[in-house]
Amino acid sequence: MSAPTTAAAKHRAEDKPLTKAEKARLSEGKRAERRLGWLLCAPAALVMLAVAGYPILYSVWLSLQRYDLKFPDEREFVGLSNYATVLGNQYWWTAFGVTMLITVVTVVIELILGMGLALIMHRTLVGRGIVRTSALIPYGIVTVVAAFSWRYAWTPGTGYLANLFSDSAPLTERASSLAIIMLAEIWKTTPFMALLLMAGLALVPEDLLKAASMDGATAWQRFTKVMLPVMKPAILVALLFRSLDAFRVFDNIYVLTAGANETSSVSMLAYNNLIKGLNLGIGSTMSVLIFLTVAIIAFIFVKLFGTAAPGSNEEGKR
Amino acid sequence: MESRGLKWRWGLLDVIVVVFALIPVLWIMSLSFKTTNTLTDGNFIPREWTLENYKTIFQTDQFVRALINSIGIALISTIIAVTLGTMAAYAIARLDFPGKGLLVGVSLLIAMFPQVSLVSPLFDIERRLGLFDTWPGLILPYITFALPLTIYTLSAFFKQIPWDLEKAAKMDGATQGQAFRKVIAPLAAPGVFTTAILAFIFCWNDFLFAISLTSTERSRTVPVALSFFTGDSQFEDPTGSISAAAVVITIPIILFVLFFQRRIVSGLTSGAVKG
Repeated sequence: MSAPTTAAAKHRAEDKPLTKAEKARLSEGKRAERRLGWLLCAPAALVMLAVAGYPILYSVWLSLQRYDLKFPDEREFVGLSNYATVLGNQYWWTAFGVTMLITVVTVVIELILGMGLALIMHRTLVGRGIVRTSALIPYGIVTVVAAFSWRYAWTPGTGYLANLFSDSAPLTERASSLAIIMLAEIWKTTPFMALLLMAGLALVPEDLLKAASMDGATAWQRFTKVMLPVMKPAILVALLFRSLDAFRVFDNIYVLTAGANETSSVSMLAYNNLIKGLNLGIGSTMSVLIFLTVAIIAFIFVKLFGTAAPGSNEEGKR
Repeated sequence: MESRGLKWRWGLLDVIVVVFALIPVLWIMSLSFKTTNTLTDGNFIPREWTLENYKTIFQTDQFVRALINSIGIALISTIIAVTLGTMAAYAIARLDFPGKGLLVGVSLLIAMFPQVSLVSPLFDIERRLGLFDTWPGLILPYITFALPLTIYTLSAFFKQIPWDLEKAAKMDGATQGQAFRKVIAPLAAPGVFTTAILAFIFCWNDFLFAISLTSTERSRTVPVALSFFTGDSQFEDPTGSISAAAVVITIPIILFVLFFQRRIVSGLTSGAVKG
C-alpha cells in the first residue's frame, strides 16, 4: 500500500527542482503510467472476476435455494434451510472431521519432514542436484498417478506393501485407509513445504550461525535460537499455504478409497452431492461452508500468528 | 576426519530422500512393464518385461483422445495465463497505479481458494452457456487458478530486473511499450518460461475441475480418463493399462524437472516467499 508514496518520493527526489512545464509533463506521464497499469492488469483482473468472483456470489445465491437437477421444477427460494440440512447432517460432520484430521496431521508431519528436507537440500555436500531434482518429482507428478501408485502398492496380491502389517486389505478399513491417504498426501507435498522452507533458510545469515557457534551454541540451539526466529515468516507462510491446500484434499481420496468407509473429505462430499446427486442447492451450500472454513483458517493464521501474507509487504520494497 | 564422517552422514540422508521420492514412481513404472501373468505377483521388480500395456493404451481411442485433450487444454491455458499474468506482473512490479494492492490481494485470495467452492456454480453456469464438457469449459478455470501463480512468480522475478535499463531505453526515446518489448521482455524471458512450466504442471495435474466439468471423451483429460479405466470396459485388467498411462503422463513432468530443476526451485520459492 505504501508503493505510491515511495515511488512518488523517489521521483521527487530525482527530478528535484521542477519547472511548471516539467510538472505538467510529469503528471501527464503519471496519468499515462496509471492508464498503462490498468490496461495491463485489466485482462487478468477480468478473467479472475468472471471465473472466480461471479461464481462465488452465484454459489451463495444457489445455496439459498432448493435446486435439484433431478427435479428442476421444484426450484424455489428456501432461505437458510439448506444450511440447516447440511449442518444437521452426520455425513457432513464426519467428512469435516476427516478433512480436519488429514489437514492437521499431514501439515504437522510435513512441517517436520519438510524442515529436515530443507536442511538437507540447503546443506548437503554431495549430490545436491540429485536431491533437489528428486524432491521436485513428487511435487510435479500428477496426484492421481501418485494415488494409483499407492493404491496398487497396498492392494493385496498386487502390491509390495500389502502384506506389511496384516493379511487383510488395508484400503478396506477406515483407520488404515486414512493413514494411507495421509501418507500419500505427505509424500506428495512435503517437497513443496521443503522448498518454501529452503527459501526461508536462505535468509538466515551465515555470520549469525558462525557467531552462535563461536559462543558455544550447540547445533540444536543454533537451530531453535537463531534459525527458527529468522525463518518464522517463511514457516508461517508455508503452514498457511499447506493448511489451505490440505483442506482441499480430493484426488487422493477419490482414487484410494472413493470415500468408502467414511473417508470422504468435505470436497469429496460436495462433489458427490453435486455431480453424482445433481443437487445444486446442497452442493452449493457445502461449497459456501468450505469457503467459509478456509476463510476462517486464513483469518486465524493472519491474526493470531501474524503471518505476513505474501504480497502484503510486497510494495515498498521494490 | 570429521568432515569425512559428515559427508557420509549427509550422503546417507541424500540417499534416503532420493529413495523416498522415487519409490512410488518406480513402482508404477514397474507395474506398467509387467506381463498380465506377473502383474499380481507383488514383486517390486518385474520378473517378465513387456511393452504390451503401452501398446494397449495407444490402441484405444479413450486414452489417445484424453492425451490430446490434456495437451491441448494445458497448453492453451498456460499460454493465455502466462500472457495475461506477464502483463499484470509487469504492471505490478514496475508501474504505479491505484488498485494495485487490491489486485494482488484478490489474486492471493484465489490462490488459496478451495476449488470445490467453484465447482457447483461453474457446473451450473457452464451448463447454461453450453461450455460444459468443452475445452473452453476447462481452460477458463485453469487460467483463473494459474493466474495468481504467474502473477506472483513473475512480479517477484520482474523486481530483480534492473530498472535502469528500461529508464535508459526511455531516455533514448523508446516509449513505455517499446521499453517493455525491446528491453524488459528479453531479460524476463527465462522467468516467463519457468512460470509457464509451473502453470503447465498445475493444469496438467488438475483433477477436480476436470472430473466435475466434463462428462465425455470430448474434453476429458488424462487424469480423469485414468480414473475411468475399469475392468469391465475394453480392458481386461486395468492395472497394467492404468500404470502405462500413468507413466506416459508423468514423462513430461520428469523431463521438465530434469532440465529445469534449478529454475523451478527458484521460481517456486521466489513466487511464494518473496512474493
